[in-house]
Amino acid sequence: MNTNTLDTSKDLVRYKDLTRMNHWAIVLLFFGAGLSGLAFLHPSLFFFTNLFGGGPWTRILHPYMGLLMALCFVGMYVELWRDNLLIKVDIEWLKKTHEMFAGNKDNMPEVGKYNAGQKLVFWMMTGSLLILVITGVLFWQAWFADFPVILRRIGVVLHATSATVLILAVITHIYAAIWVKGTTRAMTEGLVSRGWAKANHPLWYREVVAKEETMK
Amino acid sequence: MSSLQSLDISRRSATTTPSTQVRSSPEVAKLIDVSACIGCKACQVACMEWNDIRPEVGTNAGTYDNPNDLGPSAWTVMRFSEVEVKKDSSNLQQETTLEWLIRKDGCMHCEDPGCLKSCPSPGAIVQYANGIVDFISENCIGCGYCVTGCPFDVPRISQKDNKAYKCSLCSDRVGVGLEPACVKSCPTGAIHFGTKEDMHEYASTRVEDLKERGFAQAGVYDPSGVGGTHVMYVLQHNDQPELYHGLPSNPKISPLVSLWKGIAKPLIVGAMIGATIASFFHYMKVGPIKEKKEV
Repeated sequence: MNTNTLDTSKDLVRYKDLTRMNHWAIVLLFFGAGLSGLAFLHPSLFFFTNLFGGGPWTRILHPYMGLLMALCFVGMYVELWRDNLLIKVDIEWLKKTHEMFAGNKDNMPEVGKYNAGQKLVFWMMTGSLLILVITGVLFWQAWFADFPVILRRIGVVLHATSATVLILAVITHIYAAIWVKGTTRAMTEGLVSRGWAKANHPLWYREVVAKEETMK
Repeated sequence: MSSLQSLDISRRSATTTPSTQVRSSPEVAKLIDVSACIGCKACQVACMEWNDIRPEVGTNAGTYDNPNDLGPSAWTVMRFSEVEVKKDSSNLQQETTLEWLIRKDGCMHCEDPGCLKSCPSPGAIVQYANGIVDFISENCIGCGYCVTGCPFDVPRISQKDNKAYKCSLCSDRVGVGLEPACVKSCPTGAIHFGTKEDMHEYASTRVEDLKERGFAQAGVYDPSGVGGTHVMYVLQHNDQPELYHGLPSNPKISPLVSLWKGIAKPLIVGAMIGATIASFFHYMKVGPIKEKKEV
């Protein structure tokens, strides 16, 4: 092993195995439910039904994939909602969003486990999934065919709207992971480097280091 | 249920390019003269016979409606309404009169069909050049969006096969120059079929006759909110179509459906593609936030 690289024993644990596997289950189900749903939104995307065995199969599978995704997300929500409550520093962070986009990371206020952008993504996902499940039931023809037509109409509009919110949140989420180097490892290995933690989540870094000290 | 020649299809669900336009054919219409209907249900029988469909034997719900509702195997149902109507001429002693209104319910074949607009499956719902709106079952995926889009509560999804069904206006008969089965069977001549123009012409004579007989508000039901329909009614009380088992007075595609299958569609796809392209160029402009190896 090259002596210049950081000793892996010095890396910090960002996510436990179960959290990561749940995350990836949500990812797979998101693509399943997302692509099958988009097939029904716009004719130009109807070809996605070919991935699921044709139109009727796509119609059959979509709600189950969506529901399963939401159920998996409940696990993630229970684990992470406290860390995603908005606090004072998040307002500061949001006011400087333009600095973040410009890549001037050093001008950003110090944040804990999640910055305000990540928290917003979390709440966008939570809210949109909740609305997707509720409105999806309103026009799930196979099981719930008897809702009044006005509810079905409200349902389809809100379903499409919240799906858009979810997809935009996911695009932001994926892009941020690609943009900020060293991030994806947190989900593939569960580990991040100390340098990454100190640069991107200094308060969390100090918290973890302080815990390490007491463990000694 | 059956397709005329593809040359006759002028509009196709979930299709963004024009369908065939070279062949033009006159618009057709079925005219149902409610004032001449005696509620014998011969049209229902003829419909079941020609299309070879039989709804399951149901139960009596206290009205003459039999079956109680439209269904996957019942594309037309006579709706019986007992209503008290205000007399038009005031020289009579009674102010109101009891009327038994019988309306043959079924697909109205809208010129601007909400079902076709909502349908996500290419070619599962088509409109022929003559105006008939038809479900092409082999393309139907069973999502029920047509139910969501219809302003008249007509399409029904079968529990057996998850396909949507409704009156085809006997497109298979019309395609070979025959009139729809219900028209053929009507013993009182209450159902007429022909070009929409001819039907309007005939309807106006009926309306005139009804007005002479004291129905001052008689008229033709051909609602403009859905671009007109290819099934029209002659109503004694055209000012109150709701009397006829809730026939909507101003049906149109719900604004929610128009929003959903109108502006929202391209907007949503545009937002997704836009966000992805913006991310790509952001990365190329700003560059990655590099990982600092040293603490």
